[in-house]
Amino acid sequence: MRFMVMVRATKDSETGALPDPKLVEEMGKYNEELARAGVLLAGEGLHPSSRGARVRFSGSKRTVIDGPFAETKELIAGYWLFQVRSLHEAIEWVKRAPNPFPGQDSEVEIRRVYELADFDAVLTPEAREREQRLQDKLSGHP
Amino acid sequence: MKASTAGSVAAGASEVRDAVRTVFRMESARLVAGLSRLVRDLDLAEELAQDALVAALERWPESGVPDRPGAWLMAAARNRAVDRLRRESWLGRRREALAGELGPSPAPAPDADGAELGDDLLRLAFVACHPVLLPEARVALALRLLCGLGTDEIARAFLVPETTVAQRIVRAKRTLAEARVPFELPGGAEREARLASVLQVVYLVFNEGYAPSSGTGWLRPALCEEALRLGRVLARIAPEEPEVQGLSALMELQASRAAARVGPGGEPVLLLDQDRGRWDRVLIGRGLAALERAAAPGRALGPYALQASIAACHARAPTASETDWPRIVALYDALAQVAPSPVVELNRAVAVSMALGPAAAMEIVDALSEEPSLRGYHLLPCVRGELLLRLGRVEAGRAELRRAAALAASARERKLLLERAASGRPVVREAPASPRAAAPPAR
Repeated sequence: MRFMVMVRATKDSETGALPDPKLVEEMGKYNEELARAGVLLAGEGLHPSSRGARVRFSGSKRTVIDGPFAETKELIAGYWLFQVRSLHEAIEWVKRAPNPFPGQDSEVEIRRVYELADFDAVLTPEAREREQRLQDKLSGHP
Repeated sequence: MKASTAGSVAAGASEVRDAVRTVFRMESARLVAGLSRLVRDLDLAEELAQDALVAALERWPESGVPDRPGAWLMAAARNRAVDRLRRESWLGRRREALAGELGPSPAPAPDADGAELGDDLLRLAFVACHPVLLPEARVALALRLLCGLGTDEIARAFLVPETTVAQRIVRAKRTLAEARVPFELPGGAEREARLASVLQVVYLVFNEGYAPSSGTGWLRPALCEEALRLGRVLARIAPEEPEVQGLSALMELQASRAAARVGPGGEPVLLLDQDRGRWDRVLIGRGLAALERAAAPGRALGPYALQASIAACHARAPTASETDWPRIVALYDALAQVAPSPVVELNRAVAVSMALGPAAAMEIVDALSEEPSLRGYHLLPCVRGELLLRLGRVEAGRAELRRAAALAASARERKLLLERAASGRPVVREAPASPRAAAPPAR
């Protein structure tokens, strides 16, 4: 299963200042570790919201709002896309990440991505029944 | 908001146990790989790893999950090995070799040296996929040792009883011990052959998930994901091997189509009919990048890289009608050279029919008609029937499609073929060109 791991913005990240080279190096090592474990599908850092925009939808109306945006803690500063076996595993990997913003508090949010693994919705009734029978047989139920 | 300081004493006991198991599974391959280099015995290495897990289950609920859990587990396993060495005599002949390596030296951190870790994992992969083992034993051992899956999980994935898997693993280890398979990284031709066996096992796992040979016939995403992950790991630790990159590319590209392969009613959707909007762009991007790495200058592409190249042609085409069929024909020509098989020939014929028309393809298909391994294979008359219809030989074509229907294994496919036989119209129209599936060249 896949998880989107989002690094929430901070006051510093919103200034657009580049991170300390030491942190860049640590992040590089961490990304390498993720890749070597076959966990990392993608990942990128985002410019501050002052270089972005929002499009507000309201009925048929579209309103463009230029950044920056005030609610810093709700903003995203970067993301990874993980492929792991469970939320637990995603959490363990995130805990091993270097602190993205040393010196200030920040949060990293982990969210599961919808994908084919959630295939129950398209599983035909016959297929579901067969699967169930097999599972029953294997677990020793009648 | 519920905040639990993960790993702290505040976290519930069962929560910590879950965390321990998760961490163990994440670390188990490196742990067993590192330990088996030290003790040169798979069984013992696994036992020591298990001992380390038990120690973690005892300690971590109190102490919290350590900062470097992999290093902690390795150190625990090594201590355990030293204890045993001191206490027990059954280690016998291993004693001398062990004493040197397991001395008081500090435990090497499993994440300290990428190259060493890569070699350990590769060595473990070579042993788990050793040619002296039967294919199903290799698969079970690889999933257990390289993916850290439990026997119960492997059994569930393959829809066989757990005892069967457990027996396979026990027997496989015995076979390895009896054959005195060394823990080594072979060089030259031997390395090539052993690597081929590893790749074959990974692709087998992938296909079992992608096109299951038994059970419900349904995708098993977990197996595909394990294979993809193994492929990515191997591509990282053996980046200089074109076929490792080729296999990774092939799996990424095939997996990119997973969501589009099945219709709303659960029916299979042929490649050329698939909604390309549902193809996974992340996986396509990864697949194309791996394929680029597979193309080593001055070396001909191997079978996996060639199949990946064919898959890439489809991935690159914005619509089915924009498929570069001449290039696919050339790639099948190359594939038929390096890995000839009747099925490759049949797929080549389909590609030729799309690139050059039905008459040229008919020659290839007719040459296959006496092929014993395709006797009873419904796709042969299916392709032939379609070609006959396209050539205007309607009655002969309908007869072939009915023959294909009689051979088809699934009721759904039989129905589809009988409908096509009844209509008597080819799926592909000659002009204006609107290429649709003549037969499934790939899924």
